[in-house]
Amino acid sequence: MAAALRLEAVDPRRNAPLAFLTGLVGAALVFGAVQLANDPGLFLQTFMKSMGLGSTYALIALGFVLIFKATQTVNFAQGALAATGALFLSFLATDGNIPFTSVSNPINSLGGPGWMSWGLNVIVALAFAAAVGLVVERLAIRPMIGEPLFSVAVITLGLEIMFRVFNNDAVEVEFRPLGVPWLANGFKVGDRLINWSFIAAMVTAAAAFVAVYFFYRSRLGIAMRAVAFDQEAAMAQGVSVGRVFAIAWAAGAVLAAVGGIFATQPPVAQTLSVDQETANIAFRALPAVILGGLDSASGALLGGLIVGVAEIYAGQYAAGNVSWLGAGYPLIVPYIVMIIGLLIRPYGLFGTPEIRRV
Amino acid sequence: MFGRPNLYTAYRQEIRMLPTWTQRSLFAVFMAVLFLLPFDLPVISHIPVVRFLGDGEWLRPMALVMVLAIAALGLNLLSGLAGQVSLGHAFFMGVGACAAVYLGGSSGETTWGHSLPIWIWLPGAGLTAALVGVIVSPVAVRLRGLYLAIVTLGLVFLGIHFGNTSWGRRIAGPPALGREFQGLDIRLWKEEKPLINVGGDGHWLWFDVSDGQKRYLFLLVVTILMAVVAKNLTRTRTGRALQAIRDRDIAAEVMGVPEFRYKLMAFAVSSFFAGLSGALFAALSQRLLATDFGLFLSVEFIAILLIGGAGTTAGPLIGTFFVVMVPQFVEAFTEWLEDAEGGLFGALSELVLTEGGDFGIINTAIQTPGWTLSVFDWNIVLFGALIVVFLIVEPLGLFGIWVRIRNYWKRWPFSY
Repeated sequence: MAAALRLEAVDPRRNAPLAFLTGLVGAALVFGAVQLANDPGLFLQTFMKSMGLGSTYALIALGFVLIFKATQTVNFAQGALAATGALFLSFLATDGNIPFTSVSNPINSLGGPGWMSWGLNVIVALAFAAAVGLVVERLAIRPMIGEPLFSVAVITLGLEIMFRVFNNDAVEVEFRPLGVPWLANGFKVGDRLINWSFIAAMVTAAAAFVAVYFFYRSRLGIAMRAVAFDQEAAMAQGVSVGRVFAIAWAAGAVLAAVGGIFATQPPVAQTLSVDQETANIAFRALPAVILGGLDSASGALLGGLIVGVAEIYAGQYAAGNVSWLGAGYPLIVPYIVMIIGLLIRPYGLFGTPEIRRV
Repeated sequence: MFGRPNLYTAYRQEIRMLPTWTQRSLFAVFMAVLFLLPFDLPVISHIPVVRFLGDGEWLRPMALVMVLAIAALGLNLLSGLAGQVSLGHAFFMGVGACAAVYLGGSSGETTWGHSLPIWIWLPGAGLTAALVGVIVSPVAVRLRGLYLAIVTLGLVFLGIHFGNTSWGRRIAGPPALGREFQGLDIRLWKEEKPLINVGGDGHWLWFDVSDGQKRYLFLLVVTILMAVVAKNLTRTRTGRALQAIRDRDIAAEVMGVPEFRYKLMAFAVSSFFAGLSGALFAALSQRLLATDFGLFLSVEFIAILLIGGAGTTAGPLIGTFFVVMVPQFVEAFTEWLEDAEGGLFGALSELVLTEGGDFGIINTAIQTPGWTLSVFDWNIVLFGALIVVFLIVEPLGLFGIWVRIRNYWKRWPFSY
């Protein structure tokens, strides 16, 4: 009787989801082990694919987190910025012109191996994306310092709508190829193909996260964290909040553009070109951000990888059993993972709970 | 008779819907104009804007305004009053529309339906949406701010996905085509001849009434009913509890406002409004299309609240009118400008319009190649720009502008 009473005293709301999660992860591990024993090649391919997708999500999520940490608001225009960045690359690499002009792009006539000029094009395109981020920040976000945070988030929604119109209708993004040097090629393990783009996404994500790690320890990064902690206090200490905003938006736009470039390649899409779907990558990556916690860079990495693994593995191994979920069901798996995650931790895995005062 | 504007001697007097006689009489005139607007009557139709809006082809946008206003009122209860920002309002509208089509639509080889009369499917749609809202709310109540916004945004994507599954298609019809739905006729049960035929032209007393006019009147009655419900919720105990939760949730709970119960209620009621609106939306467009209830519609509602002014009952109504009508006005103006010859407007037409080739920003050609956008695209850009500009310049919305003007004249000549 006493034992039963003690069991009741433990808050069931805290333990039930945790037990559920433990069961879920345990079942997934057992299932994974069985599949690994069954067909190691397929399992490895699925793993690399999921890591590639997870890295793409993590890149986009890192952009969200950088902007959130500096400005305390979610940038819903991230998807449009991703598509815009990829479009710039398409202008430079495929059309061979400097964007918005008919002047031919000097990089393409440099000579040297194709991948080198493509890499230079990527850098120039990212610079353009950063410029777009700076302009947007200066015109639409800077005037809103001190306004309610939700208003700023809605402004980014408005920006997303405007950007999409220009991308979809003025530029008419209908399968503009990006000229990615590795195309859809890859190397074979056994008889399973593993795309180079998976590896590229992983390497890029790793580089981005290492860069952000060191950035947060630099003078400017500390200023950014100070602004994230308390805007007014940071301002009083002589931190230029406007500059922190600008840098966060530029970095966010660059990360979005990188994510946008990877969003045109396997495993996200098979077309290797920008189309109207490219802008949706940000909404697909949102569960990763929320799962990891809106203000945590390591959360973005972990959240991205978890969501990527869940999406790809569900698509690979559950296809026969969930016909009632309809075709393309892997796309909604991230949202389901997000909701389960939020039931257990309302601020994500690494997010800082908001301190509420009466 | 007029009394003193801000003098209240009793609490009941202060929470009245229309506290002063001026407001009451103005409201009565406004209501009369609204009801008589679609008919070509001697006095009413000589008021300039009224004649314009009551004109045949403008009745349809007006009907759309009223349908969306119901959903906006619902979102206002949740976001404006209780402070729970939801980007999933379109999802609940979609749920309501699907429930309406399931209950009121006819069953066929590829579709499910029960052909029930409107007095079942309309409340049924609202109740289904409310039920879904209640199911969702245990997750939603735990979340705050932007986390909530993003999770509800996830609902929209889930909804569109489920509309495209094998069982979803039986309710919502094939993906790009949608499913036909005619159901505004009022029947007692499934009989052939409707009690009141809202779908077609008819003859009432000694007037000819077109289907558009009937639809307008029907929707007007429903909208006024829902607006009264919303207003009553706002000004009574529930509304005060929701506002307390919005302003300081912990303090509200300390003072004895059960946060969970009221948030759940706010979700349920706002979803009910959305479901009703979704059902009417499907009935008005005579077609249910799952992709209509996407992110754009959700953003539209947020824009309606922000432009109109959140937290007030009049705000969402003004906001809906503005957000739905401005694109229509722009389109109509462009069409009119195309035919303008000479003078100021002729020059404007030369400057702004183009069919490709010459200078101009609005492309009127059917195909719009290159960098110019069509009117439809410009309207979407305008919509985005309106959100941005309103938030930066006038965060209180149109209602805030009205309050400022009113206060200026209230204190005139000492206003500064």
